[in-house]
Amino acid sequence: MKYTAIADQPVEMHEPSSFIGKYVWSQDHKVIAIQYSLTAVFVGLVALVLSGLMRLQLGFPDTFDFINPNSYLQFVTMHGMIMVVYLLTALLLGGFGNYLIPLMIGARDMAFPYLNMLSYWTYLLAVIVLLASFFVPGGPTGGGWTLYPPQTILRGTPGYDWGIIFMLVSLAIFIVAFTMGGLNYVTTILQARAPGMTLMRMPLTIWGIFIATIMGLLAFPALLVSAIMMLMDKIVGTSFFMPALVSLGETLDYSGGSPLLFQHLFWFFGHPEVYIVALPAFGMVSDVLATHARKNIFGYRMMVWAIVIIGALSFVVWAHHMYVSGMNPTFGFFFATTTLIIAVPTAIKVYNWVLTLWRGNIHLTVPMLFAIGFIFTFIHGGLSGLFLGNVVIDVPLSDTYFVVAHFHLVMGVSPIMVLFAAIYHWYPLITGRMFHNGLAKLHFWVTFLGTYSVFLPMHYLGFLGLPRRYFAMGETSFVPDSVASVNASITVAALIVALAQLVFLANLFWSLRHGPKAGHNPWGATSLEWQTPDVPPHHGNWGPEVPKVYRWAYSYSVPEVKADFIPQNLPPEEVIANEPADEQRERES
Amino acid sequence: MKLWRALTEKSWLDQSLPTVEVGTLAERDFTSKRIALCVFLVIVTVVFSLFVVTFLTHSLYPGFQALAGEPWRPLGDTSQLWVNTGLLVLSSALMQLSVNSARAGKPGYCLASLLSAALFTLLFLLAQLWLWQQLSGMGYGVRSNPSSSYFFLFTGVHGIHLLGGLLVLARPLSHIWHASKAEVISKSLRLCAVYWHYLLAVWLILFFLLTRSPETYRFLAVLCGLEA
Repeated sequence: MKYTAIADQPVEMHEPSSFIGKYVWSQDHKVIAIQYSLTAVFVGLVALVLSGLMRLQLGFPDTFDFINPNSYLQFVTMHGMIMVVYLLTALLLGGFGNYLIPLMIGARDMAFPYLNMLSYWTYLLAVIVLLASFFVPGGPTGGGWTLYPPQTILRGTPGYDWGIIFMLVSLAIFIVAFTMGGLNYVTTILQARAPGMTLMRMPLTIWGIFIATIMGLLAFPALLVSAIMMLMDKIVGTSFFMPALVSLGETLDYSGGSPLLFQHLFWFFGHPEVYIVALPAFGMVSDVLATHARKNIFGYRMMVWAIVIIGALSFVVWAHHMYVSGMNPTFGFFFATTTLIIAVPTAIKVYNWVLTLWRGNIHLTVPMLFAIGFIFTFIHGGLSGLFLGNVVIDVPLSDTYFVVAHFHLVMGVSPIMVLFAAIYHWYPLITGRMFHNGLAKLHFWVTFLGTYSVFLPMHYLGFLGLPRRYFAMGETSFVPDSVASVNASITVAALIVALAQLVFLANLFWSLRHGPKAGHNPWGATSLEWQTPDVPPHHGNWGPEVPKVYRWAYSYSVPEVKADFIPQNLPPEEVIANEPADEQRERES
Repeated sequence: MKLWRALTEKSWLDQSLPTVEVGTLAERDFTSKRIALCVFLVIVTVVFSLFVVTFLTHSLYPGFQALAGEPWRPLGDTSQLWVNTGLLVLSSALMQLSVNSARAGKPGYCLASLLSAALFTLLFLLAQLWLWQQLSGMGYGVRSNPSSSYFFLFTGVHGIHLLGGLLVLARPLSHIWHASKAEVISKSLRLCAVYWHYLLAVWLILFFLLTRSPETYRFLAVLCGLEA
């Protein structure tokens, strides 16, 4: 018999039996999560190919005829937007959020399953509209992922006609999808927790997803507002963001608008977006580290508070992206200060991760390798962020490869490392099979070392003043010849990293059928998602009764207990204590 | 205080099963919907607040011509806007009446006031469209000046929200149609009524904002920290 209901009140329901009901128009959070994830990974692969094409041009200029300045800018733009919004946000919140929230808090499904299903299909529509822009006259927009007006909608920028319209419409649809999903996540976490699951017993993954969702719900409106206003500028001819200007010798009808206003709106969304991606990753990496180090997370309460504080502060740092925009220079002081302040809770988190590892019983499993890799890339990316947060250092480094290196390490590679850690960590739960360990380790080392080979040298290119978004450098006196060799080596490394992702995908699909059976709770984890009666969990998750929660999610290596972990739902009277030392000695003798 | 207690819990010390009052499924379902509606209204508030902030910023730029402030400005005479506001106030009041009738177990009254509320909402939207036409006819089209652009933007976005609300009314209507329990109907209507009152409040703020003089805009901008 299958059940579905919010939390502890089982109501018999009929599990869909047809293929379409089960896998297409499904309202089961796990199926929706997989639909979200597969779509996000697919569109992410498109963005990966685009980055490969960009790197080919940069590494080996004048070699590939099919890449011209226009298409190069289009690759840059689409790569950035897809990776940030359609891959990372969708995979972390739509994918992992959907899969883990009900399972980790002990619910049977989301609070509004139908809305959840609509959210996915709306997201798919957004992706289709976005990809359709590759096929419209003029191709997709090439205005950079920040879509700054006035150039984005003016002649001379690739995709200024149709591409930008498709992009803005797609973003608006995405925001509608995200809002539907986000309302669900927030309500479910507040309303559908299992008996005993207090807020401070929730795993950090849920905290990260919860706060990131609230942030998304508050930040995406800024993007929606700017998308609506820019669409009106483009289609109706209003002048919200468009000043009076002459374009290609022709005086345009626009007058009185402010491009700077768009930048403020965009970054009011754009900076929280960094943390919308980072916070779920922070949460998931905390759980992976604790589980595979067999140790409770260090400073759990501080970790929760840090997530909340980072969430709040991330709304008052946006203009550190705009030091060279021409805004009021006194803003720089304020935003540099808030940027440095937000580094404090972030640093607390990093210390706590390292202290969790300290004297832990570290198992170097693949998820753990990726989690440790994340700590490296995040510290590197985070530290360069401290430099860029200061106006005097940012001004000369603005729009150089130093910035590219910084944000790729901190919000590209780092969340991706956590995503890989999470996929490998929860793969046995989702599929019931283990992945191929050797291939996974190969994937880790190539990805970890490869991404370093890609992004570390970029810092030096940035110091040399190499500007980003340039199709080719041409004859430039301040750029030495060695830059070409560095660029070529970066390209080779990037292509190798891209190829390694094929190993990852092959491993995922191969292990679906051929991987060894994972069994119940292979990592010995405490959190609820591993305590389902069936692996993978069935419709309704918990059988006739939802779990009761007796403790927090980090009871690892508790001294007086025999097992090295105590599941959250194990009643205290069933916890087997260690034999007293003298009895143990007696028995052994 | 409750939240503070929850966030300062030392969860690593305790192994008990807290006893929490769990309502019935219907109660929890209603609370979930209420939470979702509240969060949604916060999101809509953010959207309108951002629009308003950009409007105030624009109002400081040279070339911005306020729609009101002088008798010859297009919104110098606000009588038409007051008529439209009256329609929306009526529809909001009728929504409340519908909720009250549902609570009192009078489905007939409930249905009649709900349908009238929907009708007055539609009339409001038509009246707004008429206002659009009138303004365009006077030469204050959507492109004429940022202030006009904002007029169309504000009223358009507000209207879309009302249209969405009208679609959602299908739900309480279906409850009434299927003669569901009075409690089910009234709960469903309560959420709709909250949305209607909220949109009325938004409209009143927009009305206030669109009919101010440049001096008031400057004052508001200073208040928001947009100008020293």
